[in-house]
Amino acid sequence: MENPYMPYPVRIDDIEIATEDRSLKTFKFVFLNKEDEEKFSYQAGQFAELSIPGVGEIPIGIASSPVEKGFVKFTVFRTGVVTTHLHNMKVGDIMGIRGPLGNWYPWEKLENKNIVIIGGGFAFTTLRSSIIYMLDSANRNKFKNIDVVYGARSPGMLLYREELFEWEKRDDINMHITVDGTDDPEWKYHTGFVPQIVEQNAPKADDDTYAIICGPPIMIKFTQPSLVQLGYRDDQIIMSLENRMKCGIGMCGRCNIGKELVCKDGPVFTLEELNQTPKEY
Amino acid sequence: MILSSKEKGHTMKFITIDKKDWAKGIENSRKAYQLFGPVKEKNGVLIKNLEKGVLPLMEYTDSVMSAKSVMFPQSEMILKTTLDESKEDHHIMKRVDTNYSPRAVVGMRPFDAKAIQLVKMNFDTKDFRDPYWCDAYEATTFVGLAVNKPGLYDFSTSAGSGPFGEDGLDVLLADMDDKYVAKILSDKGQDFIDIFAVGTSSDEKESQVLFDVLRKEAEKNIASAIETDKLKDKTILYLHEAPFWDDVAFSCINCGTCTYVCPTCWCFDIQDETKRKASTRFRNWDTCMSSLFTSHASGHNPRDAKTQRVRQRFMHKLKYFPDKYEEGIMCVGCGRCVKSCPVNIDIRKVAKTMNSYENKE
Amino acid sequence: MNTCTKRIREIASALLEKKEVEKVIGFATGTIPMASNPIVVTSKQDVEKLVFNSTCGLNLANYIRNHKGKIAVIAKGCDARNIVTHVIENQADREKLHIIGVPCSGMIDKNKVASLFKDDIVEFIEDGDTATIKSATKEETINKKDYLRHNCSLCTHKNPVIYDDLACDEGEEQSLEIPYPDVDAIQSLDANAKWQHFQELTKNCIRCYSCRNARPLCYCPTCFVDEAGPQWVGKGQDETDVNTFHFLRAFHCAGRCTDCGACVEACPMDINVRDFTRKLNKDSFELFGWEAGLDTTRRPPLDSYSPDDPNDFIK
Repeated sequence: MENPYMPYPVRIDDIEIATEDRSLKTFKFVFLNKEDEEKFSYQAGQFAELSIPGVGEIPIGIASSPVEKGFVKFTVFRTGVVTTHLHNMKVGDIMGIRGPLGNWYPWEKLENKNIVIIGGGFAFTTLRSSIIYMLDSANRNKFKNIDVVYGARSPGMLLYREELFEWEKRDDINMHITVDGTDDPEWKYHTGFVPQIVEQNAPKADDDTYAIICGPPIMIKFTQPSLVQLGYRDDQIIMSLENRMKCGIGMCGRCNIGKELVCKDGPVFTLEELNQTPKEY
Repeated sequence: MILSSKEKGHTMKFITIDKKDWAKGIENSRKAYQLFGPVKEKNGVLIKNLEKGVLPLMEYTDSVMSAKSVMFPQSEMILKTTLDESKEDHHIMKRVDTNYSPRAVVGMRPFDAKAIQLVKMNFDTKDFRDPYWCDAYEATTFVGLAVNKPGLYDFSTSAGSGPFGEDGLDVLLADMDDKYVAKILSDKGQDFIDIFAVGTSSDEKESQVLFDVLRKEAEKNIASAIETDKLKDKTILYLHEAPFWDDVAFSCINCGTCTYVCPTCWCFDIQDETKRKASTRFRNWDTCMSSLFTSHASGHNPRDAKTQRVRQRFMHKLKYFPDKYEEGIMCVGCGRCVKSCPVNIDIRKVAKTMNSYENKE
Repeated sequence: MNTCTKRIREIASALLEKKEVEKVIGFATGTIPMASNPIVVTSKQDVEKLVFNSTCGLNLANYIRNHKGKIAVIAKGCDARNIVTHVIENQADREKLHIIGVPCSGMIDKNKVASLFKDDIVEFIEDGDTATIKSATKEETINKKDYLRHNCSLCTHKNPVIYDDLACDEGEEQSLEIPYPDVDAIQSLDANAKWQHFQELTKNCIRCYSCRNARPLCYCPTCFVDEAGPQWVGKGQDETDVNTFHFLRAFHCAGRCTDCGACVEACPMDINVRDFTRKLNKDSFELFGWEAGLDTTRRPPLDSYSPDDPNDFIK
């Protein structure tokens, strides 16, 4: 077994400013050693530790999709010491990636099901990974209807805007893009908060429909009642949590919610599971 | 490599070591082992690397710190690299070279050995193996010293260990006045005794009788217990939402003493440090008593309040761990936290409160 | 029960009954010999838990921050001085505090007592000026004044400087010809020996920060050792980092420390961290004629500015 603390060396291949306020950037990394890319075989919903020697590590959801080859992508919000340093790095710089870590959305269980993806703000990274995965021609027929509700403060704060608008044009995915507000007269999508758009546009629950939610705590808090209203059971609501992490492999002890370790037993839990744990996230 | 990893079959040999020959045996063992053991310093008894000529302290009641540091030092380098871009391998992390030649801890308490078995469940899992802890563990031979006269703080018999507990030990020594009788518990233990090379073989049955007499006498001295029998039947949320936590936590000053002296507390932090262009990644002991432990970069902190942190410590030891692993509580009854806590938060009292808690509604 | 404990209970009981305070912060008997446990009492029946004896060595001023309603607190001499410091530094509102002052005859040095025995002490019973201590193998009776903590043996403010009730009669304060003999001894060492002294002192520090957390002076929302941006100090066991913590911690207390000894009492490694703070207390006294926590109207010397400051650099 390999050293789980050892990051794979990567080179920053591309940096893209992801939002109009420049607080998010999308980093594209390529592995220095080709064989590491194979070792870093992941599923949509997993995360990794971005590892900057001399600075530290930060757990970030993987935004690229298992069906995208040759690189991995992460969209990072500038907030602490490591993310601030990362935002100041440049194409060509060498750093490390450790992972993939954690569990993933339950893709086997989700086969032949309708999927409703609900995201808010910058918690759309592993959801992007999931959408790309499901839309891939090899996978699309494994899933029934796909609905996506995604909202941000303003049009410029939506992540992956070009892809969103591409998906919007497709007929095998129902996009419900929304912003809290905008003064753009050309804006042709929804205006309103995510919970309300969910209530108005998401499909009603049945045994074959599952919702995946990622977003800021406040959005999750208000979206839950909308889903309950639509008839979703707690085991049909799938969520991804964030907690402070260091090791990412279930050893350093800080990310637990009750007996579950968010980094290893999670980050993906059903609401039914979360109802059994202390709300320490 | 002296240690053989393969099992040579179940050994149950006893060796009698005259105390006059003890120092000689220790010197012999230095040839093959890095020695660790109890040492009396101004701060109390600590478990340390035994420098040349230093014998392990064999008469002591309590050590302030446990033997966990032999596998899990308070601060340990794990990876290193150079930030000098003129070097070909700059920013590429490499494992730090650590000496994993055979180690032996001599004179440790049986409850500390049991604790290491509990810590092992965290560091050696089916999904991941912590190479630093595991390599050190594999390199180490655990030579315990039975506790003939347990101190006031010892409640190990109710915490899955005991003064003559054998769990996790390779050799168990019992002090019998002018001699030690060593019970060899594993191949690693046999190898250690072979290299120790003083002492004579003793009759197995007779020796076991002597051990049993001393053990019973020692166990009689243990006056307190940790009560946890009813915790299994209460759910995590039931205990978590119980009303007594504010009272339990009131006096806590959120120092990490209890966690640092605890032989089973394994939580750690990872930190990078750079001197000039040489960068090192460390891991340091961390403590759930610190609010920093769980504080998100955004400022949000799921265990922001003192009560939440105190609750985490006791729930982890007495409920989360037992529920997760089904191997009993994450406490071996060494009593160090009870003795060292500056405000007298006593795990026995907290366990009793949890154990007897019945929601009247 | 000593008369002081009896009186504390009476006062606490009356305060709670008349609803003058919401809670009373005091000490309870510990679960182990020579230990006491800070508690908060909110009901009359729990008043019986309150005690005061020579094992109540922590500083309760540490527990008076962040309460909404009015509280009462038991305060021995040094606790009262730290309450004064808290009032000056806006950490406590005098109006919302009912101080039950306890003239103090000193706290016992638990390590010194323990050193009389080879095995664990199982019983510690006080009777006036003496205490009887038992282990499994022997019994000793001591004069408590011979076993006081070092700071208590040099204490010149045993009587609370500020209080609303007194739980027992005030005692006579001692005056010391040589108030800082320990600091003098370290000062007389040459530079190398001094360095050696402090290296030895902090050796084996486990950075649990109990010294910092036990003292009422340290209430910063984020301590400099915990600050991540920028990170001032490394978090490992490197001696430079360990010493940086101790040096800066001490300097942050200059002119504010009352030498209550809670830091040493709390240290699991028996490190006499007062060796740092005492020097600064001595300097404050000699340079500014200042002792912390005696006056609610004056700010500590390193915390005040005046246009007629004699030093040029400040202008």
